[in-house]
Amino acid sequence: MRQLTYAQALSEGLCQSMERDPAIFVTGIAVDYPSGIFGSTTEAAKRFGPDRVFDAPAMENALTGIAVGAAAMGKRPVIVHPRNDFMFLSFDNLINLAAKWRYMFMGRAGNVPIVVRAVIGKGWGQGATHSQSLQAPLAHFPGLSVVMPAFPSDAKGLTIAALQHESPVVILEHRSLYSTCGEVADTFEATPIGKANVVREGTDVTIVGTSFASYEAVHAAEELGKHGVSAEVIDLRSIRPLDEETVLASVKKTGRLIVTDTSWELCGVVSEIAALAAEKAWPHLKAPVIRIALPNCPAPVSAKLEEAFYPKASTIARAAFKLLGRDQNLIGDWSREDNFKGPY
Amino acid sequence: MQVLDLAGTEQGSSQAHLLLKLHKNLLNVRLTEELLAERYREQEMRTPAHFGSGQEAVAVGVCVALRQTDAVFSHHRCHNHYLAKGGSVYQLAAELYGRADGCSGGRGGSVHLTAPEQGFIATSAILGEMTAVAVGAALSFRMDRSDHVAVTFFGEGAMDEGAFYEALNYASIKKLPVLFACENNLYATESPMSVRQAPGTELCERVRAFKVDAIKLDGNDVLEVYRTAEKAVAQLRRGEGPVFLECMTYRWREHVGPHFDDELNRTYRTREEVERWMRHCPVKRSEQRLVELDICTRDELDALREKMHAEIAATIERARDAPWPNVSTLFDWT
Repeated sequence: MRQLTYAQALSEGLCQSMERDPAIFVTGIAVDYPSGIFGSTTEAAKRFGPDRVFDAPAMENALTGIAVGAAAMGKRPVIVHPRNDFMFLSFDNLINLAAKWRYMFMGRAGNVPIVVRAVIGKGWGQGATHSQSLQAPLAHFPGLSVVMPAFPSDAKGLTIAALQHESPVVILEHRSLYSTCGEVADTFEATPIGKANVVREGTDVTIVGTSFASYEAVHAAEELGKHGVSAEVIDLRSIRPLDEETVLASVKKTGRLIVTDTSWELCGVVSEIAALAAEKAWPHLKAPVIRIALPNCPAPVSAKLEEAFYPKASTIARAAFKLLGRDQNLIGDWSREDNFKGPY
Repeated sequence: MQVLDLAGTEQGSSQAHLLLKLHKNLLNVRLTEELLAERYREQEMRTPAHFGSGQEAVAVGVCVALRQTDAVFSHHRCHNHYLAKGGSVYQLAAELYGRADGCSGGRGGSVHLTAPEQGFIATSAILGEMTAVAVGAALSFRMDRSDHVAVTFFGEGAMDEGAFYEALNYASIKKLPVLFACENNLYATESPMSVRQAPGTELCERVRAFKVDAIKLDGNDVLEVYRTAEKAVAQLRRGEGPVFLECMTYRWREHVGPHFDDELNRTYRTREEVERWMRHCPVKRSEQRLVELDICTRDELDALREKMHAEIAATIERARDAPWPNVSTLFDWT
């Protein structure tokens, strides 16, 4: 099968959806620039023109409300935040309104199927306010679907799914994944929202990941294989709704669980999955769950501090060794090659 | 009861027809709101309600100038707009009682009303939120090349919110068909304008800085509101950009709940100020005009009021007896 980058896959999912549904339009800062959200909206801007792909002022809150109003009148707006962190400014319209609209008007005022794309930054000094990922606060609220594609095939498939969904969907994309490559079907096919993916099967330990952490988990599993450890990697893909079944089936099989995410531990996705295992797979657990998340400080800028801040693929591999009672010193210090070029 | 039928017959001039239409709408809003507020004291409507008595002329004057297909969005004090745009009294009362027949099935409550079949789309309790939503509806109308307009009602307190200006700016840039209908009732909850605006502030001037046409008017005169809104809506349909109306009006009851200030010893407004505005009552002024123009007699107006009062009271009673939502539907529409 042909290979596409994550950015190309996002673009293809968007363009194929726009061809089929004239109600879709795309707006947000710089969506129609030649660089179009790191290349993911450039093609749509070229093909569908300024009536359907257009720039907007920096007004994250009103833009979200505008999307809700247009959606209530039958449109399918896509709004894009080049960084997650700006989305905090949209929380009123996103959480107080979009997430609750269908429920609190009992569907009579429409379903407001807006799609919000937001990009998580990482490394190269993105720093405290350009590198956060908001899946935990967003997924907390009933009424929003929150998805995090880690691989190009899901970048396309989840875009298509979001643009067919009956209620609001937030797609959290990861800047470090934009240039990664993978097999992507040229057909128009949705990745189901709420279904995790067993990326790699294994029997000794389950590694549940999200977004860039899933990408690192696959690398860790490959290396673990060289040491005779069979790791199963589950990419959650969707934070809400959460696919409990796939996670639990794997934990029951391996009896060991590592959870890794792009954000912090406290009240975070890693803790949610750990609680799930404790509640519903307790008799099957052979060891305590290990959570791998960001350390408890904001993201620093200095390259030296950043290096210490982010967990790596080797962090995951060492955790697996710990669970299996193996010598963690046998695992070095390594990660996927990050070919992100600065500044943004 | 000739007066009740006048609006539909040839004997009424178009002016009389209009004035009666406005008056009946005003009366429906006033009587419903007053009857609901009195029943609210029984503690059976368990939803924080912001009654709009005293402010009816803004809702009625604007909504009568609209078509059914135009989209209206409102705020926490939304009963007036819902009713003026044609929302059902029964469904409003049932919503306040939390009954299955409520306009939002008992899920929204007083601050989340909808009557989409009448073009009354949605309301929200968060200040300034619906302004952007109305702008989004107008964007959709523009994309569809239709001549529908969107209206956002809000209090002047919403103009203390940043999101308001984001939405206003966008409507101006895109020349979207949005009517910004501000009900300036001088207080945000109990906070007067003097703590929220610099001395000498004119909201219309602020709005004009965004290159949006702004008009200040007597919001307690239903005819003035109607005439101004009619012109504004025509401008919107011609694609000439948004219009802002600052309608000066006054809330009779407390910010949230059924009481009058003196019942709770509230001191943020003087008794004299409240009484002055109550003498400036939109319904009384409408009645006076109808009598002065020989469109109806006092007796006819009294009879009309009594008849509507009885009908609305019976409707509210019926809503109280409506069935509760089935608990098995708790997760529906998530």
